[in-house]
Amino acid sequence: MSSLSILIVASLLLFCFISVLVGIWRLRWAYAVALAGMALALVAAGTGFYRVLADGELRYFLGGWPPPFGIEYVLDHLSAFMVVIIVFIGLIAVIYPPEAGLYHTPRRGISAYGLVLLLIAGLVGVVVTGDLFNLFVFLEIYSLASYALITMGGDKAVVASFRYLILGTIAGSFYLLGVGFIYFSTGTLNMADAARLLTPLYGSPTIMAAVALIVVGMGIKMALFPLHVWLPDAHSYAPPVVAAILAAIQIEVAAYVIVRMMLTIFQPQYFIDIMPITTIIGWVAAAGIIFGSVMAIAQKDFKRMLAYSTVAQVAYIGLGIGLANQLGMIGALLHILNHAFMKSCLFLVAGGIRYQTGLHKISQFAGLGRKMPLMMSAFTVAALSMVGIPPTAGFFSKWYLVLGGIEANNWVFVAVILASSLLTAVYFFRMIEKLFATPSGGDPAVEQAREPSARILTPIIILAIGIIVLGLINALIVSYVLQPVVALLP
Amino acid sequence: MVIIDLFLSRYVYFMIVVLLAIGLYGMLGKHNLMKKLIGMNIFQTAIFIFFIEGAAKRGGSVPVIDEILGMEAAQYVNPLPHVLILTGIVVAISLTGVALAFLLVIYRTYKTLDDRAIMANMKESAE
Repeated sequence: MSSLSILIVASLLLFCFISVLVGIWRLRWAYAVALAGMALALVAAGTGFYRVLADGELRYFLGGWPPPFGIEYVLDHLSAFMVVIIVFIGLIAVIYPPEAGLYHTPRRGISAYGLVLLLIAGLVGVVVTGDLFNLFVFLEIYSLASYALITMGGDKAVVASFRYLILGTIAGSFYLLGVGFIYFSTGTLNMADAARLLTPLYGSPTIMAAVALIVVGMGIKMALFPLHVWLPDAHSYAPPVVAAILAAIQIEVAAYVIVRMMLTIFQPQYFIDIMPITTIIGWVAAAGIIFGSVMAIAQKDFKRMLAYSTVAQVAYIGLGIGLANQLGMIGALLHILNHAFMKSCLFLVAGGIRYQTGLHKISQFAGLGRKMPLMMSAFTVAALSMVGIPPTAGFFSKWYLVLGGIEANNWVFVAVILASSLLTAVYFFRMIEKLFATPSGGDPAVEQAREPSARILTPIIILAIGIIVLGLINALIVSYVLQPVVALLP
Repeated sequence: MVIIDLFLSRYVYFMIVVLLAIGLYGMLGKHNLMKKLIGMNIFQTAIFIFFIEGAAKRGGSVPVIDEILGMEAAQYVNPLPHVLILTGIVVAISLTGVALAFLLVIYRTYKTLDDRAIMANMKESAE
């Protein structure tokens, strides 16, 4: 038994509370408190990750009640991997200065950083909990925090956030209903206990309905095509820091819930043979990849293009789950990590451009590359990684997905991945060309543009370096972290 | 006859399905944002009733151990779903509160709560 898993959630919640209180007194100090809380959580998450790799999974029983009666928190390979990603991206997002990253923060009173910490705490909670209902509670905590944070993007963001709230609540309620079916069939809410008790019930239509409800609910949260309708508005109107957190880690957490359902609570065979869930997710995701990429090409606004690109990239994760073999799942999990780095980097660049020049349409970006060489080279690294050019990280997750597709003999999926790389290249190379090759049209905003301050640049550069480092060490991540996770799959 | 028996023994569940359908229709079919919110509340309430109905037992007592009833679990109502739903109600109230605050801001900006009018306005200002 180890208290590390609870320590991550508890420190985030505690610092969220302190940050709000301090913010009432001195608004600027709330930022420092939030930074301290995230740093502490990253230390705890890193230690937990290291100990999981060394000694195997860590369990903590809340209030000393052993499962299945009490709630337990579990750090295993999969959850420790996710926690480190979430907390790291969260820390980067908090480092990013609020004047560039959060548009309409309150000038006095409650600080927005309390909400950011609450969002991260909810995401970590979903990942570490070993209890089905506790997962629902954390799901709603992070959803509530994200609805409130999106509205900081202004008037349009409020409308987008309301639509997201309605659909997000449908998703959460579907999950709750599914958990209710599982609870009334097995009498337990503990994941490990439910896994044991569900095995004899695999033929039951109640359990099938429960799985269908949970997968559809998480499909909405994950914005899996065609359930993605809320995402483009919510992510493009949200302020950059919020959009970075939402696109990079929030929707991936919903993908994690599906993976957890498939690998821990049910045996993979249930999702593959008894109910054809992986097949459905795979084909829906293949359609989503093409749809998202084509829509991204059609966008004129930079952040809106990134939002549609998220629809496509999340579908890659769905495609990996849908392949239902070890290589495909490794590709999906690796893509969760890579997409977190790439997409948060791109959204922070969008925030930097907007803060320095006030521009947000791609057509206005001509000539910006020479004015801000450092930030734009970070952008180029992230863009190349999105396209999937070695040695950037994005290449390797696509590589595993293609290998998984070949192993599954599913040549349509292989073709979709390759075609979508081309489409991604179209919309990112168009932008790189605009930034570096096209001479500026004499727009005063571009002429007076300067490299942003070190506070804006630092998080962006860290992420860009991270993308290359992750590409170089991907073999280590796969063999030490991801292989044990996917061992159950065929 | 079988159908009538099934209905009589399970009528609460039929009602829950009806409520769920009404709620979903309200959220997805209505154009007024306030009606969407009301639909959301109906939908969540239906799920709460589902949990409470699952916990109920004919002749079950309050789940506090009683000397006369003894330790037999069948004598008591299942307390766990009630506790879960208490948490669920708190979540639903917070969601309603946040959504109402959003509606206030939306109404002040657009002077309407009609989905189509707001979308038209947003598209106009984007160009």
